[in-house]
Amino acid sequence: MSQFSSASPAFTGHDPENRLYGPLPDVTGEAGYEADHPARVGFFTDTSVCIGCKACEVACKEWNTLPMDDADGNRDALGLSGMSYDNTGMLGANSWRHVAFVEQSRSVDLPMPGIGLPAAPGQGAGSGGGCGGSRGSAETPAHGDADGTTIDQHSVLNAQALSSFDPQTAQSADREIRWLMSSDVCKHCTHAGCLDVCPTGALFRTEFGTVVVQDDICNGCGYCVPACPYGVIDQRKGDGRVFKCTMCYDRLTDGLQPACATACPTQSIQFGDLDELQARADARLATLTEQGVTTARLYGRDTDDGVGGAGAFFLLLDEPEVYGLPPDPVVTTRDLPSMWRHAAGAAAMLVGVALSGFLGRRR
Amino acid sequence: MARHADGTPEPVDHPHGRGEQLPAPELDHGATPEMGTSGRPHEAVDAPLDHRPGTSGVATPGGGWRRADGPSLKRERRKRKGGGRGRDGDPTVEDAEFQSYYGRQIVKSAVWKTPDVPLYLFLGGAAGSSAVLGAAAEFTDRPALARTAHLIAGGGAIASVGFLIHDLGRPERFLHMLRVFKPTSPLSVGSYILSPFSALTGAAAALTIAENLSWVPGWVKAPWLRKTAGVGGAVFGGPMAAYTAVLLANTATPSWHEPGNQLPFVFTGSGLAAGGGLCMAFTPVDQASPARKAAVVGAAVELAAMHKVEHDHGIVSEPFHIGRAGKLLRIAKACTAAGAVGAAVLGGRRWGAVASGALLAAGSALTRFGVFDAGMASSKDPKYVVVPQRERLAARAAAEASTG
Repeated sequence: MSQFSSASPAFTGHDPENRLYGPLPDVTGEAGYEADHPARVGFFTDTSVCIGCKACEVACKEWNTLPMDDADGNRDALGLSGMSYDNTGMLGANSWRHVAFVEQSRSVDLPMPGIGLPAAPGQGAGSGGGCGGSRGSAETPAHGDADGTTIDQHSVLNAQALSSFDPQTAQSADREIRWLMSSDVCKHCTHAGCLDVCPTGALFRTEFGTVVVQDDICNGCGYCVPACPYGVIDQRKGDGRVFKCTMCYDRLTDGLQPACATACPTQSIQFGDLDELQARADARLATLTEQGVTTARLYGRDTDDGVGGAGAFFLLLDEPEVYGLPPDPVVTTRDLPSMWRHAAGAAAMLVGVALSGFLGRRR
Repeated sequence: MARHADGTPEPVDHPHGRGEQLPAPELDHGATPEMGTSGRPHEAVDAPLDHRPGTSGVATPGGGWRRADGPSLKRERRKRKGGGRGRDGDPTVEDAEFQSYYGRQIVKSAVWKTPDVPLYLFLGGAAGSSAVLGAAAEFTDRPALARTAHLIAGGGAIASVGFLIHDLGRPERFLHMLRVFKPTSPLSVGSYILSPFSALTGAAAALTIAENLSWVPGWVKAPWLRKTAGVGGAVFGGPMAAYTAVLLANTATPSWHEPGNQLPFVFTGSGLAAGGGLCMAFTPVDQASPARKAAVVGAAVELAAMHKVEHDHGIVSEPFHIGRAGKLLRIAKACTAAGAVGAAVLGGRRWGAVASGALLAAGSALTRFGVFDAGMASSKDPKYVVVPQRERLAARAAAEASTG
């Protein structure tokens, strides 16, 4: 392992352009590894097939022996977050996978009483809303609906059906309900703020291109905690050191998949070489777009984004902030050279002002 | 979002009109204002696959979805408290509309303890400027000022080290700070500033004390030793006062990161005001003139830079005005301004120097606490993360649209 692996690519001499942000095709090589290092690996989390089972959370907790905590990171506490089905609440020192549950509803316009007529056969399917729901279902159960829905449910994976029967949507009275579920994880950024600011070298880039904390080095300074633009890494209360997802570094070195991806029953969490995952994600997005799911978008896939692309990226069905993700994260170190220059100016100002007071006539 | 603003029921239930009416409500559901801004053609949303109003579901951008039963997307709870703002015409940042995951914070708040870290920021600034004053006083025949400045610099630096180590999650591992050097980590750079600074200023302070102790061997009392230590410490004085600003700014905490180019001037100005003020207060007035001047100029720099921090950054400037941080910073400004005026007008008298020096030091300390608090508050509210980033995305999209 190179002695440079805990330094930013800008300072290893391997990066001719001395960049602190932007795309970096070979982040592992830039970190100082020999040319025969393994390919960069990553996660592609396809939230469109996440069922919210939390198998990833459990597998992660078990494999990494993470302690229990509540939604605010309090150790050995059990509590309800009071929101949705999510009592994990956030990524932190003790939760390296976090399944977000977003419960959304929207109103369905009901017909005015007395104006609406029972739906004629053949129109049922035309007026049905969501999963088994009908625009007139409150007063006039439409027979056509049951059949139509059954057909839709049987063929949910076909493009026609996905748009007319949305498995994440259900109707209740005058409202439609849908769930967005997403398993969040450390992004293992190309330009990782946590790694850049770590003063001890406890955080380092592995040969797989991931970012890992060495817990025998970390002295709990906590600088990485506010430096992460996603709010992933955190200090463990009662321990003092920081912890985050290692992408199961121990399993990777033994040729195994990370625990969460292994446990995921729907292949919502896919593990593999990052370039393969990116190609797969692009294809999946194209399929969904073709099927009319125009809200689908990839998050963290773009290598021109503020962190140079993420090692763990996502397919989302709504805006990132709805899932608790920042819409346009930027590695804080991008602006550091400018800050250092201003700090140098400010330090010179201090010395100049302090010394100039001694000039001139005594007293 | 996608509902009819006026709540008019759609005429879809008239059997005769159905054929003609259908497309209209369908568009009403699908063609939300969001669609218009996202530039997607209406047809792409659900036609030809979906012919039923109300079923566009996942296929519709926006589509009228909002978080079930939570607070609506608009901020209802953010009510501005009367008197929560300054009287000096602070910009009124309009309540922004944004989405979040159940209002939970996105970036993590710093785990640094208070008062440890704000006090560290204050002492580092005061010690840094005092070290420069002390070294210069050694060579301009101001022994009393040199003595005071050495003691403040050394005492402040040693206390800083104590606070910094106490703040670590694993204090026994504080030496791990020195196992690598990383310019990308202000804390690493700061460790290499603080270590020699505290050692040298601590030595200068110890040698200053040793002068009056009878049991100390004579060679230790040699003035050149003290002067060397003092000058060595002064070299690191400016960086010591300035780097702590970068320490805060180089985070994802919105209200620390955005003003990252101005905070160094706030911190060094504040350091000059505190160091000059303290030196002035504990030095006979006939030797304290350089400290007085430094304090007055420093206070002016602090106030000017802080004004920019508080007004130049849109919504991210808001935490500096509201809540505990706003209160602290208003008191800090009053203390600093009063102290600066006092030092300029009454600094030539002993009691005036003591009073205005104390005010300047208090103003500096409160500024650090206020800036620290404002950052913590900005990390806790997703608004300060989402809204600026959304604006950034919108600006980029607009730029691309105009060029492409």
